[in-house]
Amino acid sequence: MRFLAVYSYCFVVRTLKIKVETRHHHGHDVGERLYIHRHSVVHSLPAHPKIIAALLFIFTVVATPITWWFNFLGYFVLIVAVAITAKIPLKTLFTRALIEIPFVFFAILMPFFGKGEVVSVGPFDLYQEGLIAAAGILIKGTLGVLTAITLSTSTTAREMLRGLEKLKLPTLMVQIASFMLRYVNVVNDEMERMKVARESRGFTATGIQHWKVLATAAGALFIRSYERGERVHLAMLSRGYTGVLPHEEPPKLSKSIWFTALVLPISALSILAISLGLNI
Amino acid sequence: MHIPDGFIDLPTSAIFAAASAGAITYSLVGARKQLDEKSAPLAGLTAVFIFAVQMLNFPVAAGTSGHLLGGALAAVLVGPYAATLALTVVLVMQGFLFADGGLSAIGLNVFNMAVLGVWGGYAVFLLVRKILPKNKSSISIAAATAGLISVPIAAVGFVFQYSLGATATFSVSAVLGAMVGTHILIGIGEAIITALTVSAVMASRSDLVFGWKNKTSTLEIRS
Repeated sequence: MRFLAVYSYCFVVRTLKIKVETRHHHGHDVGERLYIHRHSVVHSLPAHPKIIAALLFIFTVVATPITWWFNFLGYFVLIVAVAITAKIPLKTLFTRALIEIPFVFFAILMPFFGKGEVVSVGPFDLYQEGLIAAAGILIKGTLGVLTAITLSTSTTAREMLRGLEKLKLPTLMVQIASFMLRYVNVVNDEMERMKVARESRGFTATGIQHWKVLATAAGALFIRSYERGERVHLAMLSRGYTGVLPHEEPPKLSKSIWFTALVLPISALSILAISLGLNI
Repeated sequence: MHIPDGFIDLPTSAIFAAASAGAITYSLVGARKQLDEKSAPLAGLTAVFIFAVQMLNFPVAAGTSGHLLGGALAAVLVGPYAATLALTVVLVMQGFLFADGGLSAIGLNVFNMAVLGVWGGYAVFLLVRKILPKNKSSISIAAATAGLISVPIAAVGFVFQYSLGATATFSVSAVLGAMVGTHILIGIGEAIITALTVSAVMASRSDLVFGWKNKTSTLEIRS
């Protein structure tokens, strides 16, 4: 009976695994989990103006004082407008933003602490200072996440890396990152296979007593990754690698491309400038 | 869990971004010396390993589970230079590709996890290795201590950043207590997993373990 159970369990695991594999078919699956292919202005822009634009926009958001509520409304409209231009389904945009949740809990506690004015909200006495701080963290964090999601949804991992390279990320870091992107699925599949092998033998991890098995798997994964690194390195050497990867110099970008990319931060900065003017 | 945008103000973020950039430059030089042209593929595969192993769930109890952070583990296995580079790449990729951790906070996150976590853990590892007898099990114990320390030390880094530039109302001492307290618990888990993983690697390929390889072992020729 037990044998039958294990057997059918293995069968289920195997079918699940087949499902996982069909999902893995598109090359850079893990690295491009967020990328959605569309034909839009945002997608067609080269990566480095986009990264600069996203960073400037986030800096503007972070630099705005929390109590200037209308500014944030403006920023929100702007980033959603960019997402719509990029043809990103809004539902996807907001579900992906849920990655922020852990910090929401941190923010929720905040109104209960602080000093000064107290506001009664239902049964709770909340500190106004804490409320404002919590709202600030939530709003700025959400805008940051929405921007990063819009960026990563409209830029492939490879382009992103090329963009970071143009923005003077050290060459060795770029190479490390490109190896990471290239092999992340291979190593993930390796880990998945080890998991299937463990489960096929009837192993289920339920508590600390099973950590040794899992850690041994992690150790084996390290050895396999390291050995793969050595093999890759030897293969590269035999093809004439000297520490630099060949790449062609892309053409210089026209002003209109930069302008298109910078529409987002320029609009945000104008909102900030206008409200600065109004406040003085 | 990484720091999001807007939690720490821009000047503080800029200071720590600069500090991280300094540490990364130092690690780039060190990694080149230690691994020469091999550094890119090996550190790259280490980054993949860290990225993958963070997805390996270790069940704790009652449906909860945790995962390895890997700073100390990477430092012991491939040395602190390559470990810093690998963890930085993982954090940068998480920020840019998965929106995990704010883009304006990357400097803060890198400083806590890839600099403080790795170098703090490695310093403790060296210290413990020096005290203990020179055998394989000492390496695991030293790795466990490194794992234990690497997590709360990153939390202390966060509290320091918080005290300098946070727009929140918790008092610094309360945050310090809560963060260090919970992260010591996480650190205990990290210590156990780090030690078990290092001893698993030591059992079959001890020559790959940087923290062990450091000591010159001479080839013994038996006749």
